[in-house]
Amino acid sequence: MALTEHLPSTGRRLGLWLVAAAGLWALAYWVNGWLWDALLHRGLGMDPDARLTEAIHFFCYDTVKIALLLTGIIFVVTVLRSFMSVERTRAILGGRREGVGNVLAAGLGVITPFCSCSAVPAFIGFVAAGVPIGVTLSFLIASPLANEIAIGLLWGLFGWRIALLYVAAGVVIAIVAGWILGRMRVQRWVEPFVFETTLRGQPIDPARGLSLDQRVAIGIEEVGSILRRIWPYLLVGIGLGAVIHGWVPTEFFTAHAGPDNPFGVLVAVALGVPLYSNAAGIMPLVEVLYSKGIPIGTVLAFMMSVVALSLPEMILLRRVLKPQLLAAFIAVVAAGIVAVGYLFNAVAPAPG
Amino acid sequence: MIIKILGHGCANCQRLEANTKQALSSLGLAAEVVKVADDADIASYGIMRTPGLVVDEQVLVSGRVPGAEEITALLSAAR
Repeated sequence: MALTEHLPSTGRRLGLWLVAAAGLWALAYWVNGWLWDALLHRGLGMDPDARLTEAIHFFCYDTVKIALLLTGIIFVVTVLRSFMSVERTRAILGGRREGVGNVLAAGLGVITPFCSCSAVPAFIGFVAAGVPIGVTLSFLIASPLANEIAIGLLWGLFGWRIALLYVAAGVVIAIVAGWILGRMRVQRWVEPFVFETTLRGQPIDPARGLSLDQRVAIGIEEVGSILRRIWPYLLVGIGLGAVIHGWVPTEFFTAHAGPDNPFGVLVAVALGVPLYSNAAGIMPLVEVLYSKGIPIGTVLAFMMSVVALSLPEMILLRRVLKPQLLAAFIAVVAAGIVAVGYLFNAVAPAPG
Repeated sequence: MIIKILGHGCANCQRLEANTKQALSSLGLAAEVVKVADDADIASYGIMRTPGLVVDEQVLVSGRVPGAEEITALLSAAR
């Protein structure tokens, strides 16, 4: 918090700081685009076509690029999201019927700040406020999927169309899966204590009354906190991506999950569900797999199944959801991801 | 004054506890600081994002880690 307590408190100075920071960011991003070519090929004299050179180039370039993208995206999205809170979402969703409620919940899941560690108090809190279980689940599916890191990195690496498709697909899966689970009358599969929790007093809304300074401080805080937490995953992901980029031939992937393989999406999801990584760690792999010829639908399905169905979150949810509901949850969401994967493959052009 | 830190013990909760103790010592207050990690209890306070800071059963902050200065100001106002 020491850094954030030094932030200037007048509006204009803060504005200038933000503009300067944005400029610096853009400069760094631009430099990263050509720096490694110059350094490795001309500076150190390494052979541009050698696999080792390619792998190192990928590693350095991607590390800086992703770190910059993450910093920018997390900061901007956190500040924007500080205007919204889970408490406010609950107030909006309380007492809503299914159907409309599912749509609202999925949409709110995208814009509400949320982390997986809060899944349990959020679940209990929603139920205690009278939000139907299916609607709650729509929120809990949309939130991790519409992870700002995933969206931002997709945008940075694949362009805004793919990022938008991803968000749309995630929202649709959240709505449909939540609605289906709600229809299955899953109340009997929720741990009883959840229904016995009563809210004492008036819940506060943490989004109210925050000054711009505080929002910027929260944004900076969140960038630091997330980067501190994920950097090992990021390095492993980029390292793996670099190795695949340099040494694993395209044919290996197209043989197993390429455009001609009708089971590609199923393989991707089957691999993705048990894997745990945060969105940032898996993105370099996603980037490399796509460049090696795996179709976009298969690649996105892989990413979604890693991000939406993570083992730590499932372990957390086990505290409130009985095994049958947890199994149903995983099955319905996985089915949705598979459907989306096939749809994207059918609709999108072949990878370039 | 009874202060409760709501959370499961992740890094944010620990920082909140540390900042709270710092605020208490700067105010010269002796207050009981209790950690609440039970999900049902945490949720019953109405917060949906940990960590949470509760003073005398009033939720003062939720979902973020305020600095020691901010907690000092909040505690002074709460007295």
